[in-house]
Parts: sequence; C-alpha cells; structure tokens
Amino acid sequence: MSKHVLRTAAAAATVLVLTGALAGCGGSGQGDDGKTVTLVTHDSFAVSKPVMREFTKRTGYKVKVLRGGDAGAAVNQAVLNKGNPQGDVFFGVDNTLLSRALDKGVFAPYKAEGLGHIPEKLQLDGVRNRVTPVDSGEICVNFDRGWFEKRDQAPPESLDDLADPEYENLLVTPNAATSSPGLGFLLATVEKYGDGGWKDYWKKLRANGVEVVDGWEQAYNDRFSGSAGGKGKGDRPLVVSYASSPPAEVLGKKPLPEKAPTGIAERTCFQQTEFAGLLDGARNTKGGKALLDYMLSRTFQEDMPLQMFVNPAREDAELPEVFTKYGRSAGNAATMDPARIDEHREGWIKSWTSLVVK
Amino acid sequence: MALPVAFFAFFFAYPVAAIVGRGLRTAAGAWQLGRLAQVLSDPATLHVLWFTVWQAAASTACTLALALPCAYVFARFDFPGKQVLRAVVTVPFVLPTVVVGSAFLALLGRGGLLDEWVGLRLDTSVWAILLAHVFINYAVVVRTVGGLWSQLDPRQEEAARMLGASRFAAWRRVTLPALAPSVGAAALIVFLFTFTSFGVIQVLGGPRFATLEVEIYRQTAALLDLPTAAVLTLIQFAAVTALLAVHARTMRKRQSALSMVPAAESARPPRGRAQWALLASVLAVTGTLILVPLAVLTARSFDGPGGYGLANYRALGAVSGTATFTVPPVDAIGNSLAYAGVATLLALAIGVLAAAALTARTGNDGGSSGAVDRLVRGFDSMLMLPLGTSAVTVGFGFLVALDEPPLDLRSSWMIVPIAQALVGVPFVIRTMLPVLRAIDARLREAAAVLGASPLRAWREVDLPMVSRALLVAAGFAFAVSLGEFGATVFIARPDAPTLPVAVARFLGRAGEVNYGQAMAMSTVLMFVCAATLLALERIRTHPSGEF
Repeated sequence: MSKHVLRTAAAAATVLVLTGALAGCGGSGQGDDGKTVTLVTHDSFAVSKPVMREFTKRTGYKVKVLRGGDAGAAVNQAVLNKGNPQGDVFFGVDNTLLSRALDKGVFAPYKAEGLGHIPEKLQLDGVRNRVTPVDSGEICVNFDRGWFEKRDQAPPESLDDLADPEYENLLVTPNAATSSPGLGFLLATVEKYGDGGWKDYWKKLRANGVEVVDGWEQAYNDRFSGSAGGKGKGDRPLVVSYASSPPAEVLGKKPLPEKAPTGIAERTCFQQTEFAGLLDGARNTKGGKALLDYMLSRTFQEDMPLQMFVNPAREDAELPEVFTKYGRSAGNAATMDPARIDEHREGWIKSWTSLVVK
Repeated sequence: MALPVAFFAFFFAYPVAAIVGRGLRTAAGAWQLGRLAQVLSDPATLHVLWFTVWQAAASTACTLALALPCAYVFARFDFPGKQVLRAVVTVPFVLPTVVVGSAFLALLGRGGLLDEWVGLRLDTSVWAILLAHVFINYAVVVRTVGGLWSQLDPRQEEAARMLGASRFAAWRRVTLPALAPSVGAAALIVFLFTFTSFGVIQVLGGPRFATLEVEIYRQTAALLDLPTAAVLTLIQFAAVTALLAVHARTMRKRQSALSMVPAAESARPPRGRAQWALLASVLAVTGTLILVPLAVLTARSFDGPGGYGLANYRALGAVSGTATFTVPPVDAIGNSLAYAGVATLLALAIGVLAAAALTARTGNDGGSSGAVDRLVRGFDSMLMLPLGTSAVTVGFGFLVALDEPPLDLRSSWMIVPIAQALVGVPFVIRTMLPVLRAIDARLREAAAVLGASPLRAWREVDLPMVSRALLVAAGFAFAVSLGEFGATVFIARPDAPTLPVAVARFLGRAGEVNYGQAMAMSTVLMFVCAATLLALERIRTHPSGEF
C-alpha cells in the first residue's frame, strides 16, 4: 500500500514538474521584459519581414504574432478572452463583427498617430477610438472576362443584373452563414433592397439558379471558371469574391497581361473595413500603442496591398502598380452601420438560409 | 496511472468542461438548463442528429463492403508490393481532411476527372461524402480485421472441410465467429470517425449537409452561440460515450482464445485462376479508390503556370521568402516535424503509462472483476474520447481554461503539441495494449526465480517484446500528429504554421500560384506520411494491434 502511495506521489510530482516546465515555456517571450509586443490576429494576416524588422529598429520592440483560425473565429476568441487577453493588440475585426467586439468590451481606447490621414467614413468608432481602421476592401461579384468575351455577352454590372434571366445559372456564392464574403454579399443586398425587398430579391436569384457552397475556397477555386488555380475548370463565370482578386490572378504571370483575366461587377460591392485595437488588459500597453501607430505608418500601409490584398486605410499611401492597374473598384460600395448589422445579423442569416439553402 | 489521468484532466476534461460550462451558464453564473430542452426539441437539431447518424451508418456499411475483401487478400495472399500497398492504403487515414477534400473535388467536382471523362459530378451530394469516408477509413478495416485474419490458422477451416463441411459452411462456422468481434470493432471505429466527421462534410457537403461536429463549429466559431454549441457538444458526448461502451464490450469478447499462427505462415502466393482473379479485382478496387485520388492530387501539384513541371514546388521555396503569411514551406515542413516530434514524445509517455496501468490492473488472465476494474476499463474508453470530441470545443476550451498562470499556455508553442498528443494517445494505447497483455507474467517470474533483479527482468523480458510495438505506436502518433488539423487551427498559436495549416492558408487565397502551392504542399505532406508508414511496415509487430 505504502509503495502504491509513493508511486502515486512520484507521478503527481512528475506532472507538476512537467506542467511547470510547460508554463515556463509559456511565460518566456510573453513580454514580461517589456520588449515584446504580441499581436493577436487571424490566419490571413500577412506582413513582409523587412517591414516588421523596421518596426523593431524604430521602437526596440519585437513583434510576436498569434494567429487563430478565420476572422470570425479569431474575433470570437478575443471576446472569450476579454479582460485577460492573449496579447496586446488585436488586428482583424471588420465592420460586420465590430459591434460584437465593442459591446463586449474587448478593446481599450487609444487614438493612434496617423489617424488624421484616414478618411472619416472609415472611422466607425471615431468618437471613442477603441479601434483604428487599418485597411479596407470590397466584396464584389467577380466575372470571368474570357467567358463573356467568347460569348460576346456583356458581364453584369449591378445586383439587378444578377437576377436577369440573361445571367441564369452563372453565379456562385459562399454561404452567408459561414463565410465572410458570403455575409458581405447578403448585406449588400439588404442595404440595396431594404428590409422589405431583400427576400424577394433572393427569391429571384434563387429562381435564376444561384448556387451556394460552404466556403469561399470552394466557390472560387472549384466553381468559378475564371480561377487560374482551378485551371478554369469550374463552370460558373460569376463568383462572390473580393475587388482585389483580379490582381491576385495576375501574380506570377510573365509578362503581365494588359487586363486581368477576371473583373469585378462595379455595383455589387460591399465595403469591408478591418480594424485593429489595443486589447483591454494588455500587459505591454506601451508596446501595443507603438504597434498601432506603426500599422498606420506609410511603411506598413504600403506593404499591405501585396501581402493581404487590401486597400490601405491611409489616403496618402501609394499603391503598387499591379494593384492600381487590375484591382480598382469605383469606390461606390454599399456600407451599413455596424450596430444595425449586429442587431440583425443572426435573423438575416436565418431567413436567408431558409430561403436559399433549404 | 496518475500521470495520464492528470494529463487528461488538465488538457482535456477541464478545458472542455470550462467551455461547455460557459455555454450552459448565464453571465451571472446561474445554470440555464432550459436551453437544453430548447435546443433538443428544435427540429433543426433533430435534423442534424438524424443526418449525422444516417451518414455514419451508411459510410460504415460502404467501408465494410469494400474493405473486407481487401482485408482477406492481405491476410491470405502473398504478392509483390504488399507492404508498400498496405502503407499506401493507410495514407488517407492520416491525411488532413482539407487535403482529402481537395483531392475528391479534383476527382468528383466540376471539371474533375470524372466530369471530363463521363460527365459525372458527385460534389455536394451524399455520394461524395460516402466515398471520401470510405477512402479515409479503408485502412481501419483492412488493418484491424486483416491483422487478425492473417493470424487465424487456416488449418482449422481445412479440418472442418475434411469433416465434410462445404467451403461456405466451414467459413461460416469456423472463420466468421473468430472474425466477428474484430469486424464489429472496426465497424465501431469507422462509425465513430464518420459520426464526428468535419472537414469532409464541410468541403464536399455544401451548405445543405451538416453533422453535429460541423454544427458545433458553426455555432462556436462563426456565431459565438455558446449555449447551443454546449448542448450539441453534450449530445455528441453522450453518443460517443455510448459507442465507446459498446466498443469496450466487443473488445473484451475479442480477447477470447483463438488458435493463432504467425501471419507469415498463413499467407501464400495465390494459386489457380479464381484466386488470381480475386486478387486482381480487389487490387483494382483498392487502386481506384485509394490511388486515383492521391494521384490526382499529385498530378495537380505538377500542373503549374505554363504547363506541367516543378513550378509549384519552386514557388514553395522562392516567392514566399519575404512574407510572414507564407513562411517558406521548408520551414512549415520543419515546424510540422518538430511539433509532431514533441507530440509523439508526449503521446508515448502518456499512452505507455496508461497502457501499462491498464494491463497491470486487469491482469494477464483477464479474469478480474469488481468496481475498481470497471473504473479502469472506463478509463480505457475515456482515453478515446478526444477522438470523438469536436476540435473547436477543445481549441476554444484551451483558451478559456488555460488562461491563468502557472498554466497560461495560450501563447506558448506547447499548446500545439499538447493538442496533437490528445489525438495521438488513443493510438498509442490501442497499439500497446494487446502487446502488453500478451506478455506472459510467468516469463517475468521465471526470470526472477533465476535471480534477475526486477530491472533486469524488465530489460530482458519486457523490453524486447514491447520495443517494436513502441516504435509502431510512435510512428502512428507521429503520422497522426503530422496531419492533425482541427484543434491546431482553432487555437491561436504562435506563428509557426504546420503543413496542414499552410495548405489551408494557400487554398484560402485567389491566384494560380497559391493554389498550385497548396497542391504541392499537400503532396509533400502525403509523401512524408507515406514514408513514416512504410518505415512502420518494416517493423510491424503484434498484428492484433487495433489500427
């Protein structure tokens, strides 16, 4: 018996040592020395290494990046961890999820340097400055240029066009319940046709053969005929994607073509703005503030287009040629108040699901 | 026993309980059990539950129908390339479902191979889901049933025939009863895996089909509706626990005494036209089912901008050097190997201790009973639970539960191997248990009588017998950790992406270069898995290991 007790005690001690060692690993690089800033973000965050090194050179802080799943999952993780955050700065909450994060008190106010260069319309929390707009992009219907040229048919331009029998069975969209471009497209239609009309519009779209798949990956890579990744084997020449997808299609092509193989339908777009904010309860507040300032610097802003395929929030940031040439939208995308989105998101998604998917 | 219990308590039970508890309680801390009834009586929940059960049953039936002949062929025939084929058949089992999904889309989707040849498209249909499930779980049946089958003494059946039984009667009376428990066990495992299917359903099912697992993901990660997610998690928990209980029963039955022979003695080259025809047809089915999707994937990885070639592989090394998003793939491979290595060590330590404790308790003669032993056997099943628990629940549970010093692991790299070890441990235990149970205690006693110290007895008796099993267990834990995707993607982890995560990132961006790189990385992952498994084949041990 005593032997058994001894053995149990020894094993328990081992556990303690092991977990202690693990915790030790967890503690290191945590920024206790004040030299590390931890950035919590989603899987699509990208920045080039020289730009990150420049930040360390300017401020003395090193950046540690934590990524967790897609944008929605990452925001929800931040909400679950509020008050005792994993890092100092969160990047990647967009206008469709902004209210949830703000209402739950995830962010602490901070007015970042360089905010003056950012258009007012992007500053959705401009009064309290709990979040800072970092980039914007548009969710738009993309079309396969070659497909329409071959048939001598004009590609659609507006939401109305999509419901036209001329474009029957051509559109594929990601699920609004599980994909952020899918949701953005749904919101564009709600904004355009109003609370009374959007359901009728989607009934028409459904009658016109719109196809819904679960994620952007399937919609774009597998169904869309204009995706070079899918080798043009998809049979839907219209897809809900981003205004920045056409320049991505051009990358790696030598020589660069005159026009991108895909284009965007100008009046189908929904504005998506991504924000960063200082996490409430951050351990390294000073470093976090420095990082937020840096994210609005021209160095960082001009790096973003080719890393994340988004438009910089700063008006005076210069865009690379491949971006201006192939990835321009007219800038008349629909927008919606984040509070309204938050209030109705679930209800709209439910009605949409029963209308279109089921 | 204490270490495995502590590990599971800290890194599984506690996080899962924390996230479920968060869902079932209001912010003020009061239990809101009304939600339970509310979600349970929602027709949508019942619909999901029905589909989950239905597709799992159908997938299991299809897998058995297609894989049993293959198990027979592997057990009874010797043919060139058998080892390689057995390793290849196992590759899909450890591939991340993202990769399986894209392979099947390339095969069955629009513009896929079948579409081009015969205009057949099966994507977003139940058929694609079932086929992909067969593809993944084929190896479970081939290995579980085939392993036992190869050890059954064929002379027993021959004896029955000498006594006048027809071929079929001999098989039905002699072989079938001996096999039945292992078929049952394989079926249950396949049912368990397909019951909790996530990636395959997401990629191939489209928005119309959802399993409980998919629904838990939607409710947690997309909607943050924790109450609903908690109730669904509990339903899945109940179902999986029931399955594991049944599994434990069939396992005990399986341990009945059978006349065993070394596998090498029961297999011989096929003779006669009928046997050759059987072998050929089984190989044809296996080839179509397993090799074609893998080949399509590989072919796509070579299909770069400007025709077939190594462009995608070159892009892996070059383009991505400057960005933090696309770590150089060489690094991703290194990350994967390092994480999987640590996870394997963890899984081995926990799994071997647990298996040893389980053997010591139930004894070698299996004749013990009583409350303690029931508890121990319950623990045996409990260690399988991580396989049946939603990855997003575990991932989010880590965030909620492991957030206070000294256990604030949320931003530590250790969180990744720990999550992977949770999935690896069941495999280690399943591999080690039969071997440990088979060691005759009398050998150890004999050594002691002859004057060996306990340490020496262990070194001379136990170690040689378990060392090979250890290697196999390590290899399996390694391969599973390498392909683990679910839990890894749902925890915010320090930025050192593994291969599966990198594949998912590439697939998530527009452009030919990104897609090509995703395919190239999948192929690399596939070959690393295959190499590990092939190495295992060389040191294959106690063939009644359950995977």
